Amino acid sequence: MPEITAEQVAHLAHLARIDLSQDEITSLTAELGQIVEAVAKVQEVATPDVAATSHPIPLSNVFRPDTVVESLTVEQALSGAPDRDGDKFKVPAILDEE
Amino acid sequence: MAKASLMDFDKALELFEPVLGFEVHVELNTKTKMFCGCANEFGQGANTNTCPTCLGLPGGLPQMNEKAIESSIRLGLALGCDIAEYSRFARKNYFYPDTAKNFQTSQYDEPIAFDGELTIELASGRQVTVQIERAHMEDDAGKLTHKGGATGRIQGADYSLVDYNRGGVPLVEIVTRMIEGGESDSPEIAKTYVAAVREIVKALGVSNARMEEGNVRCDANVSLRPRGSNILGTRTETKNVNSLRSVERAVRYEIQRQAALLSAGGTITQETRHWHEDTGTTSAGRPKSDADDYRYFPEPDLVPMAPSREWVEELRATLPEPPAARRKRLQSDWGFANLEFQDVVNSDLLDVVEATVAAGASAQSARKWWTGEIARLANVAGVPADTLVQPVQVAGLIELVEAGTLTDRLARQVLEGVIAGEGTPAEVVENRGLAVVSDDGPLIAAIDDALASQPDVLAKIKDGKVQAAGAVIGAVMKAMRGQADAARVRELVLERAGQAG
Repeated sequence: MPEITAEQVAHLAHLARIDLSQDEITSLTAELGQIVEAVAKVQEVATPDVAATSHPIPLSNVFRPDTVVESLTVEQALSGAPDRDGDKFKVPAILDEE
Repeated sequence: MAKASLMDFDKALELFEPVLGFEVHVELNTKTKMFCGCANEFGQGANTNTCPTCLGLPGGLPQMNEKAIESSIRLGLALGCDIAEYSRFARKNYFYPDTAKNFQTSQYDEPIAFDGELTIELASGRQVTVQIERAHMEDDAGKLTHKGGATGRIQGADYSLVDYNRGGVPLVEIVTRMIEGGESDSPEIAKTYVAAVREIVKALGVSNARMEEGNVRCDANVSLRPRGSNILGTRTETKNVNSLRSVERAVRYEIQRQAALLSAGGTITQETRHWHEDTGTTSAGRPKSDADDYRYFPEPDLVPMAPSREWVEELRATLPEPPAARRKRLQSDWGFANLEFQDVVNSDLLDVVEATVAAGASAQSARKWWTGEIARLANVAGVPADTLVQPVQVAGLIELVEAGTLTDRLARQVLEGVIAGEGTPAEVVENRGLAVVSDDGPLIAAIDDALASQPDVLAKIKDGKVQAAGAVIGAVMKAMRGQADAARVRELVLERAGQAG
């Protein structure tokens, strides 16, 4: 099992848009390392005949009918928006951000 | 934007072998979105069809739309795919304001449909079988409008506006395997493949299939392999090409651009490129980088799909005749020449011509009206021809022409009346008083008047110069306000002239 590096943590933080300080990166690197080790232990017992689980309840095919239900009003939808222009959400320039 | 240099297309093909791949996104025409009950409707007021689930607000819980899954399975089957016995959704995590959830709900390693193929036929008759790797379900993103800057493009914009009505609309993404051996047909293969997919989804009725409304969108992957090499070149992905003609042009453009760059010793950057309809060029979008580290994981809020084999077979039984087979059958039934048939197909009029024939019209008349006057009026009105008038009305109109009640000229006036909502063709004829005067009485009176007022013409006709009758026919048609059968008038003119004096 490869170790978790500070670079990996910084990369993940960037992908998840979480602003971490250098101290936080250092402590999270250690914590994530322990978590990965714990998962590695589970992998030792997870033989190929044990199916992967993504959901704790063994259900499948839970569907809803294709029927329209009421949506939010425009005002409700925009109520949490930091900025708006008419009925649209207003967001900062996209390409310059990167 | 610096103008890219392009290599002559034939020269590019001498040096390189194009390798293609396509991702076609099909928007399903379900009544509601993929995971919530918000309406799936185009052209509504901004942000009127949203809810906590499609906006990614706390407490939103996605639920799978059964109809969307049914449509996806039918589409998979129509593409010759296997339908997975077990399939899951996954989160594709990314930060971009076109989704408020910060992830797209998509499928990763367990798509609903996989391993299909689609055989297309090029204009030359060459058949190309495109291998389908997978067709998976996902939800669409919201629509961004870029404001400020010079061009309304994303580059240089001051800010962007978002409408989330489209966010959460069900999509099926159809991914091909690499297409090799396309050679100089590559641009046509691109166009024909997308047209074939569009035709299939339309025949299945699972999508409105209007490219101009973004119901069918194509991302075209192009790479070039130097002749004699077996190493694949770096590919570019040209996004969201929204017409068949643009797909063809975009592939041709990328072949020419990459060939020029490679021949000059440059390298291709693996990147997303944007197609610009106005200039017919592509430009670089964001490079493929760590931004494409999507950290997929199974969607914990949804349970897996395990469509029963019985259900899959039931859905298979609902598949329509494959569009290519249907076209062959109809062309043969109708006896159309290739050009006539292509005209109908390319104008998207196959369905309405078929319906018009089914309503009793002859195939040639149906073709003539739909590709002629109706297409012209639709063009003027700026709407698709098939939304202008019902096939059954057109068949009624044709029947009146063939019965001699209407001349073509009168029939055009009747058509305008039908389009204006004045009723059936027969009603318009009645109300506007447009029928051809088939009673010879009024015709003979008008002819006698015309002959009497043009004695020199009468003399010429009597001398055997029957061409001179044209002047009299013209005068009679004018007097009858066009409501006469010119051939009958001619007969009568010659007859009356013979009798006169």
